Amino acid sequence: MSPLDFVVLIGSMLGIAGYGIWQTRGRRDLNAYLKGGHTPWFAIGLSVMATQASAVTFLSTPGQGYADGLGFVQVYFGVPLALLIIAIFFLPIFRRLNVFTAYEYLGRRFDTKTRLLGAALFLVQRGLGAGLTIYAPAIVLTTVFGWPLDLTIICSGLLVIIYTVAGGNDAVTVTQKYQLGIIFAGMLTAFGLLLAKLPAGLTSGDTLTLAGGFQKLHAVNFSTSLHERYTLWSGLLGGTFLMLSYFGTDQSQVQRYLSGASLREGRLGLMFNAVCKIPMQFSILFLGVLIFVFYQFEPAPLFFNPVSARVLAGQGNGPKLQAYEASFNNTQTEKQQQLRAWIAARHGGNPIAANAAFAAAAQAQRQGEQIRQSAAQELAAKNHGTTGNEADYVFITFILHQLPHGIIGLLVAAFFAATFSSKAAELNALSSSTTIDFYRHLIRRDATDAACVKASKWFTAFWGVVAIGFALYAHLVENLIQAVNILGSIFYGVMLGLFVVAFFLRHVGGTAVFWAALAAQTLVFVLFRELSISYLWYPLIGCAACVALSCLLQLFLGADGERDNLGTT
Amino acid sequence: MKSPAPVKPAPEIETETPGLPLFRSWRAVYVFVLACFVLWVGLLIALTEMFS
Repeated sequence: MSPLDFVVLIGSMLGIAGYGIWQTRGRRDLNAYLKGGHTPWFAIGLSVMATQASAVTFLSTPGQGYADGLGFVQVYFGVPLALLIIAIFFLPIFRRLNVFTAYEYLGRRFDTKTRLLGAALFLVQRGLGAGLTIYAPAIVLTTVFGWPLDLTIICSGLLVIIYTVAGGNDAVTVTQKYQLGIIFAGMLTAFGLLLAKLPAGLTSGDTLTLAGGFQKLHAVNFSTSLHERYTLWSGLLGGTFLMLSYFGTDQSQVQRYLSGASLREGRLGLMFNAVCKIPMQFSILFLGVLIFVFYQFEPAPLFFNPVSARVLAGQGNGPKLQAYEASFNNTQTEKQQQLRAWIAARHGGNPIAANAAFAAAAQAQRQGEQIRQSAAQELAAKNHGTTGNEADYVFITFILHQLPHGIIGLLVAAFFAATFSSKAAELNALSSSTTIDFYRHLIRRDATDAACVKASKWFTAFWGVVAIGFALYAHLVENLIQAVNILGSIFYGVMLGLFVVAFFLRHVGGTAVFWAALAAQTLVFVLFRELSISYLWYPLIGCAACVALSCLLQLFLGADGERDNLGTT
Repeated sequence: MKSPAPVKPAPEIETETPGLPLFRSWRAVYVFVLACFVLWVGLLIALTEMFS
């Protein structure tokens, strides 16, 4: 990165954080600090979007598109359906009861132990998730740029902690607007420059045909196999439950749409995301597909992760790496020649020659992938089975080697902006739940608002330090964005089950749902360990198990068990 | 341990309209969202069929 890149990066990050602190200075009221002021629906919509879209979304998803095509978009098919259910059923109840946290509702509907169980499930999975949120972009950026990993994690983590502690929920919302602006500006610029860098003779039809020919446009998979990770059915059913759990029961999201001045603002903010989420994810994946097309005409590295090449070349194995690279480059040269012949034949109206050239290019592509896999296997053997995921390094490699200075800084700023926006919302939510569900409910029931604000600031800092600590000791996991979703899918189903029982099964009381939730969570852990089905099914399994076991246990406990404390179902 | 807190309903009118041009009711907003969803999935299926 050049000095210009650093000016853009540091200036935008510090500027936004400083603006957030200045805008929200002097917030002492608990309601304003935890819930925020009267946020309009558009700001809520952006805030919900920014909270979900962490740096992993923008760094790793193009790599998913590059490696596997558009299939990952099916995960988001559940978003519009889930947000509709939340807007119609969940949100009015949360607002009517004027709760700070979603788990406060569980306490009112059931009892304290169920409330604490819901809050604890949230704190465990979101606390770990917050660490991953900050670790994921840091590991990729530091690997590529050679920055010290620990220092990057600590500096970026501390900056988020400072402005989130200072301004609370409002600071999160205020900064998220500008952070999302940086993100969109960066991604759109990358998109435009990538289009300009495609070969001159390549039309949009050629681009789509080429991508489709290499199976990168297979967006919808009708397979009914439970073992295939992304299908239409896992997206519609499992994805709906995953998103319903995330948006409906995860305090980091609930807090976003509860910050609206009225029910209308929260609902419209959710509907904004229901309309925009699928096209947004499609666009990010499609960016990855375009990068794939770009690298069909430009030399691609054997490994996008620079550490992989260094590890493979270590211990005197440099010649072996060079041999792999030479073979790989030969297949690439062959492929590029065949693809240029394919374009010429296609434009010249010679379909037979075009088909032959494309088949030869596809053959060269397969040979190249085989060489890459052989090298990756050798790398895994040297690296105790770990290769790191290449897909996470595709977009940043393209940025670094193909985009001009200044734009590189803008895009790295976009990744950090995405990290900050989701991490700040997570810290704010973790702090709110700890303050409201544990501190004020269990430790100091007579705490004043000022004492709660003070405690909330300490809890924000505490969770920030926990996240930094987890990030410092995290190890590289599969694809980063999948890791975030897998972690959520293990816990979210049972959390959703608690709320489904609360909203719709009036005859079930706290004791039944509490033990049912514990049993269902244990079942999910066991199934996750034993089965190899797509992770998208676990929210559905966890929710169904929690609901079914609640009903059974309530039958066993009889009609004298605890019932609905609210009369509001 | 059971501690049902008193319910404090927020002073809010749930019957408020969306207040958007072209959308007179929430039902219209929900139908629009569903229509967008169906359109997107349909376009993605078409893309898959055309180029795979």
